[in-house]
Amino acid sequence: MTTTDPTASFGGKPLKGQDPRVRPALVEGENETFSTVTEAVARVSEVPVKETNKAWLIGFGVSVTLLGVLGLMLLHLITTGVGVWGNNNPVYWGWPIVNFVFWVGIGHAGTLISAVLFLTRQNWRTGVNRAAEAMTIFAVICAGLFPGVHIGRIWVAYWLFPLPNQMNMWPNFRSPLLWDVFAVSTYASVSLLFWYMGMIPDLATLRDRAINTPRKIAYGIFAMGWTGSSRHWHRYERAYLLLAALAAPLVFSVHSVVSFDFAVSQVPGWHTTIFPPYFVAGAIFSGFAMVLTLMVPARQFFGLKHIITMKHIDVMCRILMATGMMVGYAYMIEFFMAWYGGVQYETFAFVNRAFGNYWWAYWIMVSCNVIFPQIFWSKKMRANLWVVMLVSITTNIGMWFERFVITVTSLSRDFVPSSWGYFSPTYVDMLMFLGSFGLFFTLFLLFLRFLPTVAIAEVKTVMPQAHAHGDHGHGKDGHVDADPTSYGTAGGGGSVAPASKQDA
Amino acid sequence: MSDQNQNQPEIHGVVAYYDDVDGVMNASRKIRDAGYKKWDAYTPFPVHGIDEAMGTKPTILPWIVLGMGLTGLVVGLSLQYFTNAVDYVFLISGKPDWSLPANIPVTFEIIILFSAYTAFFGMLALNKFPHLSNPLHKLERFKRVTNDRFAICVEAADANFDRARVEKLLGVGAEHIETCPTDTTRAALPIWFHGVAAILTCASFIPLAVAFKGRFATSEKPRYHVWPDMDWQRKRKTQTAWEGFPDGRAMRLPVAGTVAEGELRDDFELYFGVAQGSEVPDKIRYDVAKFGADAGAERPEWLAAFPAAVNVDEAFLERGRQRYTIYCSVCHGKQGNGMGAVAVRANALDAAQWGWVPPKSLLSENAKAYSNGELFHVASNGISTMAGYSGQVTAKDRWAIVAYVRAIQATQGLDQTEAPRDADYKPVPTIESVRVSDSSAAGQ
Ligand code: HEC
Repeated sequence: MTTTDPTASFGGKPLKGQDPRVRPALVEGENETFSTVTEAVARVSEVPVKETNKAWLIGFGVSVTLLGVLGLMLLHLITTGVGVWGNNNPVYWGWPIVNFVFWVGIGHAGTLISAVLFLTRQNWRTGVNRAAEAMTIFAVICAGLFPGVHIGRIWVAYWLFPLPNQMNMWPNFRSPLLWDVFAVSTYASVSLLFWYMGMIPDLATLRDRAINTPRKIAYGIFAMGWTGSSRHWHRYERAYLLLAALAAPLVFSVHSVVSFDFAVSQVPGWHTTIFPPYFVAGAIFSGFAMVLTLMVPARQFFGLKHIITMKHIDVMCRILMATGMMVGYAYMIEFFMAWYGGVQYETFAFVNRAFGNYWWAYWIMVSCNVIFPQIFWSKKMRANLWVVMLVSITTNIGMWFERFVITVTSLSRDFVPSSWGYFSPTYVDMLMFLGSFGLFFTLFLLFLRFLPTVAIAEVKTVMPQAHAHGDHGHGKDGHVDADPTSYGTAGGGGSVAPASKQDA
Repeated sequence: MSDQNQNQPEIHGVVAYYDDVDGVMNASRKIRDAGYKKWDAYTPFPVHGIDEAMGTKPTILPWIVLGMGLTGLVVGLSLQYFTNAVDYVFLISGKPDWSLPANIPVTFEIIILFSAYTAFFGMLALNKFPHLSNPLHKLERFKRVTNDRFAICVEAADANFDRARVEKLLGVGAEHIETCPTDTTRAALPIWFHGVAAILTCASFIPLAVAFKGRFATSEKPRYHVWPDMDWQRKRKTQTAWEGFPDGRAMRLPVAGTVAEGELRDDFELYFGVAQGSEVPDKIRYDVAKFGADAGAERPEWLAAFPAAVNVDEAFLERGRQRYTIYCSVCHGKQGNGMGAVAVRANALDAAQWGWVPPKSLLSENAKAYSNGELFHVASNGISTMAGYSGQVTAKDRWAIVAYVRAIQATQGLDQTEAPRDADYKPVPTIESVRVSDSSAAGQ
């Protein structure tokens, strides 16, 4: 019974003062029942419009304003041309690509939490996976925006896809940029399916609680007539497992492919084999930072503290620190390779990164990504929500700068000194980036307000009541225990279900 | 039995509700063992072990997904093979048309795409979703199933259905039992919906009709540009007029005395075939009929020997043979007798009747009398109706041609009246013959 290792979920180190054999409760509270969980989550979306949380309203107002700014900037860009950006010889990949990589990186934590932690049976994910998946989708939408408009003439964006056309031309499948089109669009659509599929049972819960017709119709349509049938659950869990198994390699492939955009080119500072793992680690890092940035206030405002517990935050802080150190390791190795490889251009590119024109960007990146997260060695700091918020935000900043450093410093100083330049963004660059946050938060706030923010059905499976008592069997050959489609076994309070093998 | 529908003959099934997992699991086993087929347990979350308690067989979904994943593999590879190796080949730095490693990322993504969609839509299809109208949804109590109740419904459609027996089996541990009436209400759409739907359906044909008209009708007017792309830009293009500059040209001329990269040509011997510092010759005007009495009057000081920049040796002569064969032999013939392929064909067609001027023999006394510099000049700039070859052949190669012409002149000794020899006849000029012609021309 590997799944019942009582401490596996929390990094193998027992939390102080607890029996180390007992897995800490995933849902906190003395008298939690199934219906209190439903109540806690569903209540958020059922608040009448007039009683909407003030903080939500303010946040939504700001986000929609920024979204409007984004719309105006896009209009300006499309009607005028990409000259409105700061991109110019030699830095043709400026902020748009930096923003793309930034957002797509953030969009990795959701599927990672959902798929990889699901497959590795990290049951603590149930509290945060829904919101993380939503975050993924909204971040990927923001990410897709930038390369979409970066092509300049967006009305020929269909050239990116292998569609038969009057020019009798096909895209070049050997270009990493085309791989990117396939990777990102596959990722976006598969994440969307994954997220939506996870929500179907919870949408049915909202439908059945609905007190007025519009809600009943809206949730009813998207719940597709879900009844909770066990035969449906059976196929549903199978499909969920398959999706998780497919999404897990996908999530690694996507950021690897994004890194190929750089690594397959010849530019010094880009042309390195460490890029794929380095980018993936960075993506997980930035994704978890964003999850923390969003979840810490959300659990506060919407009263979900017993479902998204301090232990979730503790685990995520540790992951943040671990991935931060991986990223730091990659920074070091890059320098080592530049020196050890002995290519003068490569050596120059890296010395220039740290001490050249953009030294400030480099050191912001290093401090935010490598130095600040070290604070999480201290348990006290992991429990201090202000510190957690601060570090998760600086991590987001640091990761943006990482992409800036990679993209801009490398391009601005290539092989021929005569083509060197200095990149400066325009106001359009800045407002578009700001506007993308408007898009992201508008969607995210709508999600928080109207959809089940926590996987209600899944949380119930990790509660002690979810398990039949030991007087009946699991399966003749015990295969049920090894079946990862089951959401989880052990619950809190020490009522670990024994793996009894007798049949009824 | 708090059930008002007892007298109603049409029932969908019997529904029992349980408070906890144990209740539903125990009842499931009983129903399973009693051999019912059309029944189901409804739970707020997937209950661990209930598949076994219900006797549910494993779904075939994984096999469907596997099948579609393999389809994705084939589709991904053949899409890329067809588009990039067959239909539209990209020639990039001499790389092979088809190289598998570069096609792996996209193939991988397509496999994932196909399988993931199949997992999701396959699940929907097997579960018969969307399935919005279900009699169970009409039961007020059933709504708690998505919250904290567990239910079992045995359908009346089951062959073994016996209401009393089912109720007895389900009764143990049940919190409540009721019957579910069949759904007789038909959810009719409001009247206005039909009207709106009809109008929208008709309206949706308009864009299609417009597109069809545009496709098949002709029009006097220029095409309508939805997207101007870069067709109209605020700039002047090359070779156009513009009043903005005093000379009326949009293009600027290079500053006087500008020398293009590699075009300095300061070695007069090499580039013009004349002595250093003398006047650079124009196209030769020997044709008295055309240019009047003074045609050919001013002859420049042609170089008699070869310029110092070229080294006349066997390799040079061989180079000359190649260049001559490529550039000159079509007209002047391989042996230089003026009976090249073009001349032979033109003679056969009697092209002279249309004013065609035959190429001259290079073996004639006239041609032999040219000095090296003059011959070079003819090869470079042409002579009366013959065009020059300075655009195609580099200066050194033109000198190589001169050397070769000198060689065939010295060894061949044929004149144009003589019949052409076999096509594969190769004159064997030697380096000595060039040196001989060198000295003989020097006297001129
Ligand atoms: C397209 C056919 C054509 C080609 C190719 C051609 N020539 Fe000629 N060439 C002519 C014609 C026609 C004349 C006669 C021009 C006239 O008298 O109007 C001529 C005349 C000459 C003469 C003058 C002969 C004399 O007796 O006055 C020389 C020398 C000569 N060509 C050399 C060359 C050399 C060297 C080349 C290769 C670089 C060459 N030609 C390629 C058509 C050609």
